[in-house]
Amino acid sequence: MKQKNTTALTAELLARFDDFTSALNGESEKPLFQLRKEAISAFETLGIPSTKNEEYKFTPIGKAIDKKINVGKPSIDNVGSLTEDRVTPYHIPDLKGNILVFHNGIFSKELSSVVSSPDAIRIQPLSEAYKEASEQFVRNFSKYADVQNDAFTALNTAFSTEGSFIEVSKNQVIEDPIILHFIQDAAQGAAFQSPRNLVLVGENSQVNIVEKFDAVSESNTWTNAVSEVVLEEGANVSFYKVQNDTDEALHTNHTQVYQSKNSTFSAYTFTFSGDMVRNNLNIVLDGEGAEANMYGLYLVKGKSHIDNHTVVDHKQPHANSNELYKGILDESSKGVFNGKIFVRQEAQKTNAFQSNNTILLSDNAVINTKPQLEIWADDVKCSHGCTTGQLDEDALFYLRARGLSKESARAMLLYAFASDVLERVSIAPLKNYLEAIIAERFEQNF
Amino acid sequence: MLKIENLKASIEGKQILNGIDLEVKPGEVHAIMGPNGSGKSTLASVLAGREDYEVDGGSVEFLGNDLLEFAPEERAREGIFLAFQYPVEIPGVSSTNFMKTALNQVREHRGQTTLDAVSFLSLMKEKMKIVDIDQSLLSRPLNEGFSGGEKKRNEIFQMAMLEPKLAILDETDSGLDIDALKIVASGVNKLKSKDNATIVVTHYQRLLDYIVPDYVHVLYKGKIVKSGTKELALTLEEKGYDWIKDEVDSNV
Ligand SMILES: Nc1ncnc2c1ncn2[C@@H]1O[C@H](COP(=O)(O)OP(=O)(O)OP(=O)(O)O)[C@@H](O)[C@H]1O
Ligand SMILES: [Mg+2]
Repeated sequence: MKQKNTTALTAELLARFDDFTSALNGESEKPLFQLRKEAISAFETLGIPSTKNEEYKFTPIGKAIDKKINVGKPSIDNVGSLTEDRVTPYHIPDLKGNILVFHNGIFSKELSSVVSSPDAIRIQPLSEAYKEASEQFVRNFSKYADVQNDAFTALNTAFSTEGSFIEVSKNQVIEDPIILHFIQDAAQGAAFQSPRNLVLVGENSQVNIVEKFDAVSESNTWTNAVSEVVLEEGANVSFYKVQNDTDEALHTNHTQVYQSKNSTFSAYTFTFSGDMVRNNLNIVLDGEGAEANMYGLYLVKGKSHIDNHTVVDHKQPHANSNELYKGILDESSKGVFNGKIFVRQEAQKTNAFQSNNTILLSDNAVINTKPQLEIWADDVKCSHGCTTGQLDEDALFYLRARGLSKESARAMLLYAFASDVLERVSIAPLKNYLEAIIAERFEQNF
Repeated sequence: MLKIENLKASIEGKQILNGIDLEVKPGEVHAIMGPNGSGKSTLASVLAGREDYEVDGGSVEFLGNDLLEFAPEERAREGIFLAFQYPVEIPGVSSTNFMKTALNQVREHRGQTTLDAVSFLSLMKEKMKIVDIDQSLLSRPLNEGFSGGEKKRNEIFQMAMLEPKLAILDETDSGLDIDALKIVASGVNKLKSKDNATIVVTHYQRLLDYIVPDYVHVLYKGKIVKSGTKELALTLEEKGYDWIKDEVDSNV
């Protein structure tokens, strides 16, 4: 039954691709178009993964898409409905920087602004980068994320028309963060969007990037995003992902990171809602002294299903990876955490730490955790740990015995649990914004 | 102030308190002693409102109200304070933020104005002196990594902040060195008045040299089997509990 669903869905998406390409007038002559063709044929082979696929064992994403989204029907590209006053509530207060706004997959020039100097950084909507097809873009685009083995990456590569191309020159500290804001408005029908970003960061440069996803109407939406981030020697990137969609939203995304020598990459993934969410974070440490930090926090309730899959591949010696994911699950929500750590034979003196902690607030909430360490080198320090439990009753009683209401005591403990991740956010307005969401959730009984 | 009558309580089907009677009047200090496992901490927990314990019978009246009807936080706001035998470490919760939130909720309940950050901090400074607790301790997460003695001091500091009517100190003396014991005891004495009362649970006569009790009770097998004045504590120090156990067990 599941198999039939995913097969039918795959067929619909393939048919959709034909309509899609015929609407891309002129583009089919360009060399980049070849990538789309390769991607769709890879997708045809892979198909939407069913739960028979080991990587999707706990996450019946095909079923969810099939139920919610009519993928045969083109997205609404009615940009006119996205006026500034509709978007403003989704902005992060006081967060200044380079902002690119996309509505149902279309770049909104009016709502976007670039403030950093073009000598230091190039920030381009993907559609422009496609057209310009600069040497750097062509050389790197779709060279890191695995189109051949990941159906959703293949699908994104086939369909993506918008997103961003970001290129930071050497030796630059980009003070103003880059906010990539993807907004879906499915008021006029179920929407499907394929945002795509390519970020190249030059030697010894620093940049902060925030990907933010919002759905502005209660209808069904599906976002299938891919970002590729490439760090040259000594580069330092903080990469934030904030998902605060509606409870109906489906979200699949893949972040592929390639790190050179002495580079530092820190990912912060915050998921606050969604019907079904799958976050893939894959990091390749391909240089000595590279460091990867992966932080995740998810707070979900209702029937939300949140799946975080991370892979860190230690290919060179003396690199560190450090992972901390925390989840709070209420009602009938489900969590999945799968953390793979590969340490290749050459990667001696690797330090790799992983931990995944979950609080289940209800008897119906479920978490499936699977650490997967594959180590071929002998001189390494690797550890993983996971804990799953309820709120600490002794702590709750202690706080209440000092006069704190049950609600305040509970909020205080949940906040303490989340703070390990939250306190690492270094952009103050973003931190305040996240804190406000979290505080509201904790104080209003989730 | 506090009137316990025939209180019976159990946990996981096991009866621990077997009919306790105790009356505490304003201004009094009561010491409760007794062998390990006799139910002293259980009594303290039941009074503070720990929900794991089932009250199977009897009554507790506190300032004219049925205490057993109240949630733990309501008891605290009404003026019950339990200094825990084993204070809980709570990582990620800032001591200061916790104390401020707790105090303001208590003050609100008592019809007092809530304190802003500035007045809270100056109150905190003043109360810190009472137990000679260091500022650096309170800038850390609540009890996390505190030494045994630091935890106990922190309990008395919290008591000073919350100004309870009835303080129940569950082995606050254990784990304290001699100097710390004197400091904590003098803190407790400073907080004493004719309007509030203290129950000290202890194993050692030594504490009672500093916090002088009006009454000493011996709890054994979930019952108060002997009550007396502070001389009783001296007798216990000298003779241990066997003579009381014998007395009780031969009566059964
Ligand atoms: N959760 C529980 N389940 C079963 N028995 C319990 C539980 N909690 C306490 N008890 C039992 O209740 C009895 C009384 O314990 P309590 O802690 O009140 O003793 P205490 O007098 O404070 O002892 P101590 O002097 O060692 O502090 C003990 O026998 C203890 O094992
Ligand atoms: Mg005890």
